Amino acid sequence: MRYLPLTDADRADMLEAIGAPSIEALFSDVPDAARLDGPIHGLPMHASEMAVERHMAALAAKNLPAGSVPSFCGAGAYRHHVPASVDHIIQRGEFLTAYTPYQPEIAQGTLQMLFEFQTQVARLYGCAVANASMYDGSTACWEAISMAGRITRRNLAILHEGLHPHYVATVRTMAKFTGDSIADRAPTLSADCGTAALIEEIEANEPSCVVVQYPDILGRLPDLKAIAAATRAAGALLIAVNTEPVALGAIRSPGELGADIVVGEGQALGVGLQFGGPYLGLFAVRDPKHVRQMPGRLCGETVDAEGKRGFVLTLSTREQHIRREKATSNICTNSGLCALAFSVHMTLLGEKGLWALAAENHRLACLAADRLARVPGVSVLNDSFFNEFTVTIDGDARGVVRDLAEKNILAGVSLGRLFPMEDHLSGGLVVAVTETTTEDDIDALCAALKEALA
Amino acid sequence: MNAPNKSGWKPESPAGDRPRDDAATTTTGNRALMLEEALIFEIGTNDTTGVDLPEPDANAANRLGGMERVEAINLPGLSEPETVRHYTRLSRQNYAIDLGLFPLGSCTMKHNPRLNEKVARLPGFIDLHPMAPSSVTQGALEVIYQLGEWLKTLTGMAAVSMSPKAGAHGELCGILAIRAALEARGNARRVVLCPESAHGTNPATAAFAGYEVEDIPATPEGRVDLEALKKRLGPDIAAVMITNPNTCGLFERQFREIADAVHDAGGLVYCDGANFNAIVGRVRPGDLGVDAMHINLHKTFSTPHGGGGPGSGPVVFSETLAPFAPLPFVEKHGDRFELVEEENAGEHHASTFGRMTAFHGQMGMFTRALTYILSHGADGLAQVSGDAVLNANYILRACEDVLFAPYADSGPCMHEALFGDRDFAEGLSTLDLAKGLIDEGFHPMTMYFPLVVHGAMLVEPTETESKAALDQFITALRSLAERANGGDMTLKDAPVYAPLRRLDETQAARKPVLAWNDPNLT
Repeated sequence: MRYLPLTDADRADMLEAIGAPSIEALFSDVPDAARLDGPIHGLPMHASEMAVERHMAALAAKNLPAGSVPSFCGAGAYRHHVPASVDHIIQRGEFLTAYTPYQPEIAQGTLQMLFEFQTQVARLYGCAVANASMYDGSTACWEAISMAGRITRRNLAILHEGLHPHYVATVRTMAKFTGDSIADRAPTLSADCGTAALIEEIEANEPSCVVVQYPDILGRLPDLKAIAAATRAAGALLIAVNTEPVALGAIRSPGELGADIVVGEGQALGVGLQFGGPYLGLFAVRDPKHVRQMPGRLCGETVDAEGKRGFVLTLSTREQHIRREKATSNICTNSGLCALAFSVHMTLLGEKGLWALAAENHRLACLAADRLARVPGVSVLNDSFFNEFTVTIDGDARGVVRDLAEKNILAGVSLGRLFPMEDHLSGGLVVAVTETTTEDDIDALCAALKEALA
Repeated sequence: MNAPNKSGWKPESPAGDRPRDDAATTTTGNRALMLEEALIFEIGTNDTTGVDLPEPDANAANRLGGMERVEAINLPGLSEPETVRHYTRLSRQNYAIDLGLFPLGSCTMKHNPRLNEKVARLPGFIDLHPMAPSSVTQGALEVIYQLGEWLKTLTGMAAVSMSPKAGAHGELCGILAIRAALEARGNARRVVLCPESAHGTNPATAAFAGYEVEDIPATPEGRVDLEALKKRLGPDIAAVMITNPNTCGLFERQFREIADAVHDAGGLVYCDGANFNAIVGRVRPGDLGVDAMHINLHKTFSTPHGGGGPGSGPVVFSETLAPFAPLPFVEKHGDRFELVEEENAGEHHASTFGRMTAFHGQMGMFTRALTYILSHGADGLAQVSGDAVLNANYILRACEDVLFAPYADSGPCMHEALFGDRDFAEGLSTLDLAKGLIDEGFHPMTMYFPLVVHGAMLVEPTETESKAALDQFITALRSLAERANGGDMTLKDAPVYAPLRRLDETQAARKPVLAWNDPNLT
């Protein structure tokens, strides 16, 4: 009971002050039938810190950390080196154990950080305004579609074939309930992103928005500029989705290419893999006039009563705690601490570091693609990519991934797992390469694939 | 502040008598340990970096398909020492649980054990890829499964979905399952009923899921009016969303009767589990007729709030809703744990309403919550809710003579005590008292919520405060209440000792400046 400061003597004193005979008596409003008369069955009793740590460490030891073996898993979650100072800063109690900054006089630390974060994200995305974060990339993607519907008063979203299938599934789930129409299709195993077909589809319909992942799930780089022009001509909004922010140190920003709303997953910077969460949804708009339709919290600059600069949460009339059923979203808690981790990592990198990090990722990915292409039975699909590309093999890549995992090599993410209903994709394997990948790792993957495919 | 000042020392003059302008000025603008800090955009440059990376080869061929970046992004960098100092200085302008009592009603700010942080950072958890094959993620799947099983045990419910990302996301998960179940019966129905005292997320969630929202009437004692509710029930009511204990800090005595009436009318019952920490280990919501309830792991199971997230909002379901729960989830087969997702859900989970998010939920929060549950155990969790309720009642009874407590006669409060501004002198408001608490070294309580009480002040001390800390808080709250009742207008100046005075929120909203150097929006 090390987390409970009250002593039995305290409890007795306090009960006397209240005028209650026992703590149980304070639960007198609970009907007898619903009250448990002892410790709940099925849970262990309390345990020491040492015993709990031992138990949890044993569970952790049953997992294979990506950093302990050659690892090429990506598909929306990327392993990058996180500088030690990032974790130190997010563990400072003043950040870790603070609440949402509703009391700005005693929350300027969090608020100034959020203002800086919003600016970093807006610049990275080539946008005017970013919000203070969403849950993750997939939910941010749905929120963007929902927002485009409010702006255009249309309800058809056309999804490019390269959108992460979990994002598609999340969007389809929400749309089923809101009555929005979603046009989506599985990718073809081709270096061509299908831009021409997408533009035809845009021209033949009246969509609210077009959603394009950049780089896409196969690692390809769709021609956002051409898609943006067609989308604009159709009176719709272009939503660009980015799941690898490091890429934007090497390729042009979605905003610069004409995307109206840019959303994405920020996990790659500062946050860590964490088996899928918590992650960091990023959300930005290119045109400031769309700010009032944005979901989520926004931090803005103002002054205090003595004229000193300060920051507050603002435009909250969009939000659930003020607008209730008329809010732009039901989101409340977002990903504050992950936003801090992202922002600290980005500050450590700076412009120079981000360009260098992106260049190193791309260099190693090119090297890996070339070596994999020389493995008999392996073909590299992409002619363009950043740090992730797709290879194809004969047969089902799922089996190869499982077999290589037994040999302590995480070969990548199979398209068969991502698109289980699409048999024509089963030979695809998405391979991610970051600055944490060594040439030895790449050679180990090549050798293991060679053996598995022989 | 778990070591309150026992010597009885007090500031010589009350807050407000000594505006900061009178204090000595310094050339730097700093005041000893209060250090000013500029924005990274004012101190960093594009050429500074705090990491060592290979210099890019400008002549290297690329395969970026003609998309290579040419323009600068303009992201200022700082060296590592400057970075650490920047954020450390910022951190010191934050109030936090580690500093003192944080009585934010309904938000549950309790101590965050550091063992949980340590465990969450074990390489097997923090460095595990979500799409790694299940053969090498058995420990992670076991964490998800075990936590889910214990959430079912603690709530007495049949099924659990672990993937929702936060409380509001969990609400959405629950309401979507309700909608899917009603659609399977042939009619999704039209209206969701929420009490006026509900969290704002409740009506926002119902609207998001395509429902109209109507109020549930309340009794003068602060609980749902069962008879009025019964009159409103009918074939158009899809569900009721009720928080229990409710946001007035009271247990809904007739919850079972409410649930039975809703079920008899063909509707379903959503319980907002934001206040589950008041009853954990003592009452199982499943015994009260709940069909779906989210659990904020960051409230009941003490994962850190992190200045606004990340949260985690697993949802427990009744037998009725279990078939509609979203993907993915974890099943146990013999000694092995299996992740059920689109690939293998097929026949045995054909009614699932879909997927809430990429991957499998807030794993980093699951490890912390499981660690917390193991630490407390069944006996400790009952003591957690007991002490939380004891502490709230102690504050309620210690302050009700100076601070209007509208439901003081409605029975013991649960984990939070609700006050109103009825007795304040003309011209003074809840906001003024709350800002006065800042000067006394406390975070303000939740203000102006719930909406059913004028100038509401919702105080939730939690179980992790010592009696000495509570006594100090009570002394401060009583003194502020007496000043507000007595018309002490110096409260209008509060806070005077915080890093900033009151901020101009009107200007922030009228001319939003949402990014550095961004032209003001019009």
